[in-house]
Amino acid sequence: MISLAGRDIMHAWGKFVFTGLGLGLLIGVTLSMAGIYRGMVDDAKVLLDNSGADLWVVQKDTLGPYAESSSLYEDTWRPLRGLPGVARVARVTYLTMQVRQGRREVRAMVTGIEAGGPGTPGWPPYLVAGRQITRGHYEAVVDLATGFALGDRLEIRRNQYTVVGLTRRMVSSGGDPMVFIPLKDAQEAQFLKNNEAILQQRRRTAENPSYNRPQVPGLLEAVIASQSSNPSVNAVLVQIAAGHDPQELAERIRRWQRLTVYTRGQMEEILVGKLIATSARQIGMFLVILSVVSAAIVAFIIYTLTLGKIREIAVLKLIGTRNRTIAAMIIQQAIALGGIGFVVGKITATLLMAPIFPKYVLLEPLDSVRGFVAVLVICVLSSLIAVRAALRVDPAEAIGG
Amino acid sequence: MDGGGIRIQGLQKSYGSGDTAVQALKGVDMRVDPGEVVGLIGPSGSGKSTLLKCLGAVIEPSAGRMTLGEEVIYDDGWRVGDLRALRRDRIGFIFQAPYLIPFLDVTDNVALPPMLAGRSNFEARQRARELLQALDVEHRARAMPAQLSGGEQQRVAIARGLVNQPPVVLADEPTAPLDSQRALGVIRILNEMAGKFRTAIIVVTHDEKIIPTFKRIYHIRDGVTYEEEGEGRAPV
Ligand SMILES: Nc1ncnc2c1ncn2[C@@H]1O[C@H](COP(=O)(O)OP(=O)(O)OP(=O)(O)O)[C@@H](O)[C@H]1O
Ligand SMILES: [Mg+2]
Repeated sequence: MISLAGRDIMHAWGKFVFTGLGLGLLIGVTLSMAGIYRGMVDDAKVLLDNSGADLWVVQKDTLGPYAESSSLYEDTWRPLRGLPGVARVARVTYLTMQVRQGRREVRAMVTGIEAGGPGTPGWPPYLVAGRQITRGHYEAVVDLATGFALGDRLEIRRNQYTVVGLTRRMVSSGGDPMVFIPLKDAQEAQFLKNNEAILQQRRRTAENPSYNRPQVPGLLEAVIASQSSNPSVNAVLVQIAAGHDPQELAERIRRWQRLTVYTRGQMEEILVGKLIATSARQIGMFLVILSVVSAAIVAFIIYTLTLGKIREIAVLKLIGTRNRTIAAMIIQQAIALGGIGFVVGKITATLLMAPIFPKYVLLEPLDSVRGFVAVLVICVLSSLIAVRAALRVDPAEAIGG
Repeated sequence: MDGGGIRIQGLQKSYGSGDTAVQALKGVDMRVDPGEVVGLIGPSGSGKSTLLKCLGAVIEPSAGRMTLGEEVIYDDGWRVGDLRALRRDRIGFIFQAPYLIPFLDVTDNVALPPMLAGRSNFEARQRARELLQALDVEHRARAMPAQLSGGEQQRVAIARGLVNQPPVVLADEPTAPLDSQRALGVIRILNEMAGKFRTAIIVVTHDEKIIPTFKRIYHIRDGVTYEEEGEGRAPV
């Protein structure tokens, strides 16, 4: 027996190829959407991995520092350092903001890191070029995704920074590339007021009789100095010594320091479960919509092709073709269409979408397999309308009136 | 030739029921011997297509009896289990329009019925070529239906109707789209094939040109048949 589906496809190959192309672009977008979600999850994990922390100590009752703002007195770290099981402690600030270089502006997550050495929590674990920050001020290590190069001079708020090192795949959970600067500078950038505001605050403070007391010289200066310094950080990162249980230590800090502490697992839960949950839902919606649209296209084209063959189907039935054979012909065509679409879609996603998309697109092989199965299921289900129409054809129609 | 061919006795068919029932066939008696081509003519609405559909086992008669060769296929109810196999193996169909399968080439269009009957592709195509040769369209064996002239298409359709060497061939106005020369050509072919394969062929027609070629004609009017013997009918 010859393949009726195959022959029909070869006969009407133009229709199949062009519909397959259109379907393929849709499938490509669908695969890319899944890839974007995977990329976001991966970005979140990379962010946590690269921070080098085992515990995140943040402002009480906040989901900081990535999902909510959190601010801690900068000396919060001191008592933590002495706890048994704590290997290293480092303060960090995170702030997503515009970083300028000449006329160019990049949205980046500016991270303030403490002086120290590689391995200090918060530090980029490895560089692809240049060196780590060594001075206390005005040096920056940036991610390649910012597009900045070694030696570039960046502007963050009012200060200028020189790029001394480059990282790769250091991004925030929102996909913004990271820019590392010294902690002091970062605190200033986060809490810095403009000159106008400083002047006004000074004036207001000076006018306040309780601060400006002639009989207490130096009080006003002290008050103003404390107002303009920034003793806050967003989080304290804690590395745990080998052999100690993070849960236990976290519990101890929570109880004694009245702070909120997250373990790596809880942090991942916050990033994946809360921070990117909305994006994930949006992507999920898109996946559903794209699947429905793909199904509609397959159903429509297969139905149209089948309606165009009603007469032939009546003849086939009259000369003794099994219903099974006719149904198989239609389903095979739908599968062929899905196959073409999947190949085109996979190519589109891999060669076109993933490289040029502004977000990290992680195409997991398992997702492709799932996608392929979904495409086949959708194609088979969508062809059932056409199959039903074909099976209803009365062989008597071939004889006519 | 008694014992072969087609026998129809007292065949009735009504469509619908109650007030709207239409008695399309009221009592049809027919006999077509193997190797014989008979004409079936009658005005519009007289029941010609209905009769072919009953005989072709695509609609069920209401009463009567039909016999193919020795086997009773209908006697107030179907006497065969697998009507699809009956159509496939024992009845050839030729329609007013050729209704070829557009995505199969000429050879495979003709080879399809034997393939459906379970023959190997090779054997089916072998048979198809023999038929195409007999019908003088062998040179178009690799062409697609759309590339053929109307007459060529009709000959391919006839080849498809005959390829399984069914004992019965039903032709519904097979010459309607053809000019008189081609129409006579088709009738000549049907006569040849009937002789060669001992096929009983019924040709429904309105076509004045070919009516004189039948040795026997059945007239059908209001669902009742009348037989007319040919009186020195025109040579084919
Ligand atoms: N499916 C049907 N349902 C109800 N009535 C039908 C149906 N098919 C045919 N009829 C009626 O049965 C009668 C015979 O119809 P049939 O099609 O057999 O005529 P015909 O001889 O083939 O006519 P024509 O030469 O116009 O094709 C007509 O009165 C027709 O209206
Ligand atoms: Mg008719």
